[in-house]
Amino acid sequence: MNSARQNPFSTYAAHGALILYTLIALFPVFVIVINSFKTRKAIFREPLAMPNSDSFSLIGYETVLKQGDFFLYFQNSMIVTVGSLFFILLFGAMAAFALAEYRFKGNMIMGLYLALGIMIPIRIGTVAILEMMVQTGLVNTLWALILVYTAQGLPLAVFILSEFMRQVSDDLKNAGRIDGLSEYRIFFRLVLPLVRPAMATVAVFNMIPIWNDLWFPLILAPAEEVKTLTLGSQVFIGQFVTDWNAVLSALSLAILPVMALYVIFSRQLIRGITSGAVK
Amino acid sequence: MPDLQTKPKFRWYIVVFLAPAVLVYTAVMIYPLFNTLRLSLFTEIGQERVFVGLQNFRTLFGDTVWSTQFWNALGNNFWFFIVHMLVQNPIGVALAAILSHPKLRFASFYRSAIFIPTILSFVIVGFAWKLILSPIWGIAPGMLDAVGLKSLYAPWLGKEAYALTALSLVSVWQFVGIPMMLIYAALLSIPDEILEAAEVEGITGFAAFWKIKLPLILPSIGIISILTFVANFNAFDLIYAAQGALAGPDFSTDILGTFMYRTFFGFQLQLGDPHMGSTIASAMFAIILVGVCLYLFGIQSRMRRYQF
Repeated sequence: MNSARQNPFSTYAAHGALILYTLIALFPVFVIVINSFKTRKAIFREPLAMPNSDSFSLIGYETVLKQGDFFLYFQNSMIVTVGSLFFILLFGAMAAFALAEYRFKGNMIMGLYLALGIMIPIRIGTVAILEMMVQTGLVNTLWALILVYTAQGLPLAVFILSEFMRQVSDDLKNAGRIDGLSEYRIFFRLVLPLVRPAMATVAVFNMIPIWNDLWFPLILAPAEEVKTLTLGSQVFIGQFVTDWNAVLSALSLAILPVMALYVIFSRQLIRGITSGAVK
Repeated sequence: MPDLQTKPKFRWYIVVFLAPAVLVYTAVMIYPLFNTLRLSLFTEIGQERVFVGLQNFRTLFGDTVWSTQFWNALGNNFWFFIVHMLVQNPIGVALAAILSHPKLRFASFYRSAIFIPTILSFVIVGFAWKLILSPIWGIAPGMLDAVGLKSLYAPWLGKEAYALTALSLVSVWQFVGIPMMLIYAALLSIPDEILEAAEVEGITGFAAFWKIKLPLILPSIGIISILTFVANFNAFDLIYAAQGALAGPDFSTDILGTFMYRTFFGFQLQLGDPHMGSTIASAMFAIILVGVCLYLFGIQSRMRRYQF
């Protein structure tokens, strides 16, 4: 496209529309965060004003840190997210390699079977999942969540990773075979390092839904010592609903880790989506 | 492939590679899914699980106490979906179309900023909007007042007539980033030659968008529609975070996800009933399956795909 087609008016209109929508997108987050640093009076008197020396207060954060065990919740969320991602990537890459590399009876069917889960939400099976976790004694453990999220993430991971594994050169793998490498070594030493960008994409896609999920923590692991940050803040806010300082501070604290993850991984995420990994 | 040898050795490594994924997926996803469908055919009579055939479905659709709740949730769920299709996806397409202008400055800044709500959890989004729309805090009425429209304000989340639409719009606000990104990707993949050829013919600006780009991104719009459908019909978190399990006021925001949760887990004085919960889950499964099949066989197979 050349510049002759863009007249200044349409450029202004484009920026105007985008700025308007950006404001709509960021406004609620902004309001929550600035008000979490204000006294109760200032929150209600001037909700849109920035905190100043008069209205500045950390009372909400003090309540949150005293009453809620947010470090524990954060740690639980970390364990669940990192654990699930580890298994999704390891098991997903192994299965994707088998499907992409070897011709065997049932390859197609196995691929279709694993792809079923892309469209069907795992939540439909919740009743039986809970029953199974109760029977195996996994209820109220972080393992229950890790297993569920691993199962939920595998279908898309296998699908995306096998597309990428088909592009790894056969010559390289055959050279490895001639050198006497076992199939396991070929996978771990030669293929895995080459599909690292695709693995990162899969990880980023799965990370945010797992971190933010409320349904499974609520049903499978509601006990205090295994609460995730999402469930923990939900319960905390429910209890402190009239203490606006505490609620706003809890919300801000819950926003913080996701924003940090987003800042770190946003380029990866956006590249992943726009490179057509999900098409 | 070394399959030509007379008697190929059994290749155990294929099993080793496949086993962990297949086992976890089967044990935690597929088996419980079918087990849930099976449980919907049972009920509990005096601590014992008894097979009752389709009795639960008869109760769900025939007993007015259940059927009014079910149709209410289903109707609400359809409205939830329609709002997404009519608001979220057009805004997403429009934003993507603007962003894909090649000479636009700060495009990546806008893109990242507009995507931020999508990464926030439902708990944050639900409560944040609940506070902002609340009549106690006065941000929404204050802002409407500033533009002289104070009379339009109502405590939307508390009124039966508006609550569901208001929550649907909050959900739209949260997820607009996804159609935006997918359409943006599709627009970028349209080769310049096609657009230049159109330009030679005098088709530019809006006309180029309607006549050239939109037909080319129709497959992506189809994918977004089915993703929206599946996500909406097993939605739960936002309603639960903003309105609680009772999906108030007076069940006006009840959707299938919250209805299933209440039935299965119980609330207030009503005990949880896993079998009726499974019955509702089976109904949700059927609805999602019908939607996905309609898409796969009705829409996707008829859509032309262009290879560049």
